[in-house]
Amino acid sequence: MNLNLPAAPHAHAGDSVHRLMWAVLLALAPTTLYGVFLFGWPAFNLLAVTLLTGLLSEALCLGLAGRAVHPALRDGSVLLTGVLLALSLPPWAPWWIGVIGGGFAVVVGKHIFGGIGQNLFNPAMLARVMLLVSFPVEMTTWLEPRPWFSESAPSFLEGLRITFGHFPIADGLTGPTLLGHLRTELTLAHPLGEILPGHYPPGMTLLGWTSGSLGETSALLILLGGLWLLWRRAITWPIPVAMLGAVLALASLFHGINPERFAGPFLHLTSGSVMLGAFFIATDPVTSPLSRLGQGVFGAGCGALVYIIRTWGGYPEGVAFAVVLMNAATPLIDHYIHPRIYGRTWRGQPRPALVRREPGVDRHD
Amino acid sequence: MRLHDFRGGVHPPGRKQLSADQPIQPLPLPNRLYIPLQQHAGGPALPIVKAGQKVAKGELLAREQGATSAPLHAPSSGLVVAIGESTAPHVSGLPLPAILLDPDGEDRWMEQDLPPDPLALDPEAVAARIGAAGIVGMGGANFPAAVKLSKARQAGVRLLAINGAECEPYVTCDDRLMRERAAEIVDGAAIMLHALQAPRAVIAIEDNKPEAIQAMRAACGHDARMQVLSLPTRYPTGSAKQLIQILTGLETPAGGRGTDTGVLVHNVGTAYAVQRALRQGRPLISRIVTVSGAAVAEPRNLEVPIGALAADLLAHCGGVSDDLARVLMGGPMMGQPLPSLQTPVIKGTNGILALTAAELGPEPQPAPCVRCGRCVEVCPMGLMPVEMAQRVRRDDWAGTLALGLNDCMACGSCAYACPSQVPLLQYFAHARGALAEQRRAEQKANSIRQLMEQRQARLVREERARAEAAAQRRAAKPRGNTAAREVR
Repeated sequence: MNLNLPAAPHAHAGDSVHRLMWAVLLALAPTTLYGVFLFGWPAFNLLAVTLLTGLLSEALCLGLAGRAVHPALRDGSVLLTGVLLALSLPPWAPWWIGVIGGGFAVVVGKHIFGGIGQNLFNPAMLARVMLLVSFPVEMTTWLEPRPWFSESAPSFLEGLRITFGHFPIADGLTGPTLLGHLRTELTLAHPLGEILPGHYPPGMTLLGWTSGSLGETSALLILLGGLWLLWRRAITWPIPVAMLGAVLALASLFHGINPERFAGPFLHLTSGSVMLGAFFIATDPVTSPLSRLGQGVFGAGCGALVYIIRTWGGYPEGVAFAVVLMNAATPLIDHYIHPRIYGRTWRGQPRPALVRREPGVDRHD
Repeated sequence: MRLHDFRGGVHPPGRKQLSADQPIQPLPLPNRLYIPLQQHAGGPALPIVKAGQKVAKGELLAREQGATSAPLHAPSSGLVVAIGESTAPHVSGLPLPAILLDPDGEDRWMEQDLPPDPLALDPEAVAARIGAAGIVGMGGANFPAAVKLSKARQAGVRLLAINGAECEPYVTCDDRLMRERAAEIVDGAAIMLHALQAPRAVIAIEDNKPEAIQAMRAACGHDARMQVLSLPTRYPTGSAKQLIQILTGLETPAGGRGTDTGVLVHNVGTAYAVQRALRQGRPLISRIVTVSGAAVAEPRNLEVPIGALAADLLAHCGGVSDDLARVLMGGPMMGQPLPSLQTPVIKGTNGILALTAAELGPEPQPAPCVRCGRCVEVCPMGLMPVEMAQRVRRDDWAGTLALGLNDCMACGSCAYACPSQVPLLQYFAHARGALAEQRRAEQKANSIRQLMEQRQARLVREERARAEAAAQRRAAKPRGNTAAREVR
């Protein structure tokens, strides 16, 4: 007889980390393809460079640690890190942004901590923050959509020149993001009523026909991917709901107080990285809390920080900072917020014995 | 009755269709029965028969020892061969003291009078008869039923819950029992209500067993005290703690008993055994066992004498195929993998499963935990298995306990759901073992210290006694002493 007798249970739901990661990658496919379509060959080049660097860095780190390289590469986690980072970069950023970012995300963001499951911060967001702080010009040079098949689309060779050639991009091609524009104008104390007309067609931000990061422009496609992940139970609802809810609540509140100074909730929810952050970044299992309640606190914290940084901070967008800050709070949240144990009070004491009497039955025996 | 929800849980594939349509059949008497003395919580039973003794079916073989023990009876007439050993129905497969009985094939019952009407008896007398029949919790808890009933009556329990949830995959023994012997179960429940002096019983069945629900409803008829409830199918609905929560919304206090919530839970098999014992005077000597799994040629539900070997059951079901990968006693979620087929069926055995590699799925390849929190989400006890496992890895027993190791009931939901296939239950079993080891070491140190102290006290006492005796002797012969001193 077989003497290999593992402990119960002798059944398994069949899900694996590998499948979870690929599900997230699949859910990201629409917005990724759309971003490449919108910004052409340079966007494709940047994505390829970032992914390649990520994979090579992962292989290098695993090799150095003496661990099996192949299974870890196959689990999709490093691809996910690479894709998320690339999606958050300016689409025509030079190749070395992708290389430095991809390498930093994998080596510093992940393997310094001990590899998959051990990292404190979301690797992609850590790299994004590092790039934003270190290379502010390259990281804030945006451009209007130049979709494939249109006349303004760069050819393959032009694409190579843009990615691997000489930065900066010619001035005539660039244009600020909505949030960036908003921030500049608000600093000049212009009222929103003058700023937004002409710059803010709400439908366009929803569909993503606007300048912005490679894969963050279309709130709609990201939302669809996120909802599919929820339906497939690859992510749980508390983080996206709490994060979007916090942004919605704060934006509504301040917009209600002063509509000329504070942009409305729809603008906040559909522009920048909020949607991607809520469904794909803050939901990273490794760096978010374990319990539902903890996840809610974490998500709400992310949302609140995003709004605070966007409104009063030094950067027009704050998702990366918000997520990284809340990542740092995750161990604390997990330490303090536990589910209530069955038969115990929230403080962990046994609940008092409680005999519920049947209604209408008096006991005299 | 409004149903409540419980936290977490999982939905493993039921696989009950393999055996659910097989009517209960008796297992032909095996050549030898191995009846372990320890089949229940509490102390092992004390044999009162000797090797070479002939016994009739139903005759007492071993007496209970201690308050939460249970007696054992002869499952068939025959010859007691030895008070020897059998394989423990446990993954260790360690030898366990057992009575070895060779049936003579006559299956001759002991002579006895029909018992008096149980409903006319004193409740305590009913409980005593249940205890004397050797009835223990048939759902796998193996706790003596009479003790539970008496304690619950004293605690003033008002609701009896007959547990027919049967939430473990594959297992269909309770399903068949309810379909085929519904009237007996309802009668057993009525007897238990009398022993409990409680007004009401609910029979709780998962909604994946519509035939059983229908049969039980028909058997309850117009008895206003009985109510059959259909529960949503979800593992572990059949756990007493979760069942109480579903029925009342109340939670068994940590470290307390279910009766603290005013509910007593008994398995349908226990109700059936009570009916047999109190109406016909038959002690618990057999039970229904599901033999299933893809490696079994003909899955069946068998009525099995206690002490029959897993090998006997599997042989009667057409044997096992070559692709057999694992044999379980119990269901796949909480069952014990058996190291040997020479393991006997005991009173709490609900299934013998012979599973193929295909059924078990690919060999688990534990991957690093990604802290996804699935285990936290599905834990019906509200624990954080991932955090507990982390403490276990570091041998941090105090930390593991503080996170609720003792609240874990080992239902296996966490490990079932874990995408990294971390063997969480293995971790917890390891921690329990280490803690038990620690306790034993402490007890040993304590008892040694106690013995030392007692010895010390005895030495002091003896010394004092000697001194006193000497003083008395001196006092008795003062003159002689003085004289001696004067001489000096």
